[in-house]
Amino acid sequence: MRAPSGPEIAVGDVLLSVENVSLSFGGVKAVTDVSFDIRKGEIRAIIGPNGAGKTSMLNVINGFYHPQQGRITFKGKARGHMRPYDAAYGGIARTFQNVALFRGMTALDNVMTGRSLKMRRGFLWQLLRHGPALAEEVEHRHRVEEIIDFLKIQDIRRVPVGRLPYGLQKRVELGRALAMEPELLLLDEPMAGMNIEEKEDMSRFILDVNDYYGTTIALIEHDMGVVMDLSDRVVVLDHGIKIADGTPDDVKKDQAVIDAYLGVAH
Amino acid sequence: MASYATAVADTFPKLLIRNAKLYGSRPAMRHKDLGIWQTWTWGQVLDIVRAYAVGLHRLGLKRGDTIAVVGANRPKLYWSVMAAQMVGAIPVPVYADAVADELAFVLDHADVRFAAVEDQEQVDKILSVSQKLPKLEQMIYDERRGLRDYDHARLRPIDDVVAEGRKALAEDASAVAWLDAQIVSGKGSDPSIILYTSGTTGASKGVLLTHERSILAGSDTVAFDKLTEKDVALAYLPLAWVGDHYLNYVQGMIAGFCIACPENTDTAMQDLREIGPSFYFAPPRTLEMLLTRVTIRMEDAGFLKRKLFHYFVGIARRYGERILNKQPVPLSGRLLYRLGDFLVYAPLKNVLGFSRVRVAYTAGEAIGPELFGFYRSIGLNLKQLYGQTEAFLYVTAQPDGEIYSDTVGPAIPNVDIRITDNGEVLFKSPGMFTGYFKDEAKTAEVMTEDGYVKTGDAGFFDEKTGHLKIIDRAKDVGKLNDGTMFPPKYIENKLKFYPNIREVVAYGDKRDFVAVMINIDLAAVGSWAERNNVVYGSYQELAGHPLVYDIIEKHVAEVNRSLAADKVMGGAQIRRFLILHKELDADDGELTRTQKVRRGFIADRYASLVTALYDGSSEADIATEVTFEDGRKGTISARVKIRDMKTEPAAGALEKAA
Repeated sequence: MRAPSGPEIAVGDVLLSVENVSLSFGGVKAVTDVSFDIRKGEIRAIIGPNGAGKTSMLNVINGFYHPQQGRITFKGKARGHMRPYDAAYGGIARTFQNVALFRGMTALDNVMTGRSLKMRRGFLWQLLRHGPALAEEVEHRHRVEEIIDFLKIQDIRRVPVGRLPYGLQKRVELGRALAMEPELLLLDEPMAGMNIEEKEDMSRFILDVNDYYGTTIALIEHDMGVVMDLSDRVVVLDHGIKIADGTPDDVKKDQAVIDAYLGVAH
Repeated sequence: MASYATAVADTFPKLLIRNAKLYGSRPAMRHKDLGIWQTWTWGQVLDIVRAYAVGLHRLGLKRGDTIAVVGANRPKLYWSVMAAQMVGAIPVPVYADAVADELAFVLDHADVRFAAVEDQEQVDKILSVSQKLPKLEQMIYDERRGLRDYDHARLRPIDDVVAEGRKALAEDASAVAWLDAQIVSGKGSDPSIILYTSGTTGASKGVLLTHERSILAGSDTVAFDKLTEKDVALAYLPLAWVGDHYLNYVQGMIAGFCIACPENTDTAMQDLREIGPSFYFAPPRTLEMLLTRVTIRMEDAGFLKRKLFHYFVGIARRYGERILNKQPVPLSGRLLYRLGDFLVYAPLKNVLGFSRVRVAYTAGEAIGPELFGFYRSIGLNLKQLYGQTEAFLYVTAQPDGEIYSDTVGPAIPNVDIRITDNGEVLFKSPGMFTGYFKDEAKTAEVMTEDGYVKTGDAGFFDEKTGHLKIIDRAKDVGKLNDGTMFPPKYIENKLKFYPNIREVVAYGDKRDFVAVMINIDLAAVGSWAERNNVVYGSYQELAGHPLVYDIIEKHVAEVNRSLAADKVMGGAQIRRFLILHKELDADDGELTRTQKVRRGFIADRYASLVTALYDGSSEADIATEVTFEDGRKGTISARVKIRDMKTEPAAGALEKAA
């Protein structure tokens, strides 16, 4: 089951392209004339030092910010003015740098909210919880249980997420994004604040999502080791400008990247 | 029932067919999958296992072959055991958490050509040591995830094997005939399974069991605990452990009861509550963890709830066990207990998943009387058993109504126990193993000429109850100079059951009397000190405090009284003790990483204290080097006091155990 709109795109073709995008807040230039593309089926990383414009870039892709210049093409269609829920309907899901879950709700219910876009019955039907609405809920619950099984969070199904450790909250958030069955999954620092073991688990899950569901993944990450191991291609931003783009090995050797990360004498 | 089972079905495949006939539409197995309990009836299980067996045969599995089964408690892995047995092959379950090298050792030693595994993790593990396993031909797996891109030349899903077998059975009459012939030609004396011991003492050994003996042993205990097809057990202990194979698989097959597999290991406690088993086994460690969890939650509860809990737990302590043992209890006690059951015990048991438990066992290590008493007092019929893989589990078990925290019960029916002169327990049982797989030398080592098996444990029969008491590993049991048996761990454990005492080291082998060095528990004694306005600046000061010595002296006196009550142990009462000035620590090499005391090492390190214990002096100086957490070293020196104890007159005339 895939998001319905748009033409089918083969693995390896461009799923989303960013062309000459610039974004500024008042006088502050967050992103300047950046172009890159994301191909279907790959794991694409966006890296850069603090304040490089990574999250801004993600928010642009997500439709949360509107670039002053440039063009974004998703599944062959250039996007005009777009809101985040358009992106969601279009098949883009995301997680947040600081976990954004409903803290009082259980892990199960949080993942279930990811299905809300797919619910066809209206609010009143769902209140009734009978007939077609019930059948629909059972179907969605089945999908959600598959994700719970996939992420191995069965034991915390009924635990309010506010009581969970951070690493598990991140996993629940990934579960919610997966519940949307996205074509493009945006992960904003999925490993931030995790210990080594949690990072390894998360890396495993990201690779599994890519492999098992075939989801295209774009991730922002700080931890260079993780990025280099996980991603197929990396784009590097510094001060809102793209300074490198290529495979992890190429990027590692790039002098501009080394300078950006280690600093350079002026 | 038991006699019927043994008369008609002498192998597990035959039992499975009998169950499908007798209980065809009753649940045989449940498994929680995607949040929902799935159920298979005995009829369905037979159907699947027949197809699976034919599928395995088509893969090349033959009578007499071995097949490894690696993973958690999952229906498909239990079916792998059943299907292998149906073909006449011998399943070899392996611990799912075994590291690759251990796994390689067992798979290689057992000559397995096939392995049925749970998931990608196990496949990866076996692949990583595949160059050490030239005999391994095929792996079949339960969980498909992550395995899609693997080379499937030597790898396939269990589902496909079953489907292939099902197709063959449907299309090919000769396959049906072949399978029926296999089942009929299976003999009771055929090996049914090889269980590898965990190898805590040396390399692990493959314990070979037969169908007939397993079924005989199982029939006895099914009758002993009156298990029927209406019972339910949760299979949450390792598949490769004798306990799971016996208590769940074998007893389930014989009694026809349902075994439920938890969703995964982390959810076992929740699943326990949902399933509400009627037969339950838990090692003392698990029971302790559950009680701690309850206690902590009660401390956080509101004032009223907390008061209610403590009051009624007190009532339970007073009357609960006597009610469970059907002993006389005053009417007021009965009424209060009833009320407590309504308000506290029943809800508590419900939370723990014990509401429907009819028979519960614990075994594996000594259980504290407090802990044991707690569960019994709230109405859980918790009993102790003593067993071994070589015996196919049961040697002794406590019958309903004859329960003591420090015995393991009398011999189970048809089991014969003998105790050697040096105190080692020997047994002969219907279920006992036929030998270690490919290791006749080791087999000969543990078998006596007249067919008894040496357990390696020392024990004796309690005079009052007639129950067996296991006291220590036989090789650790020493003798005092006057010939009295000295089991250090038995004495240490008795003292360690007091919350104020954390560690104990007992000496006595080749000495005139028993003396002990004690470590106090800082949390317990510290909280006592706070409540009683005892001021102290350090562990050392608290440990040396005369009032603390008084508390410990009381505990030692109680232990002496309980030792005196045993004729065999009366001579091993504690004459002198001291409280160590520092905590024994694994970083200093005094404990093993699994928190067991290293008696020999401690004797060297604290030589001056040990000498003082035996030369009659009332205090001794000691300086020890310690390692701090950051790796720096320092010295602690102290003057440690030693107290003399009075001994109780031993029960009856002092007959020497020797």
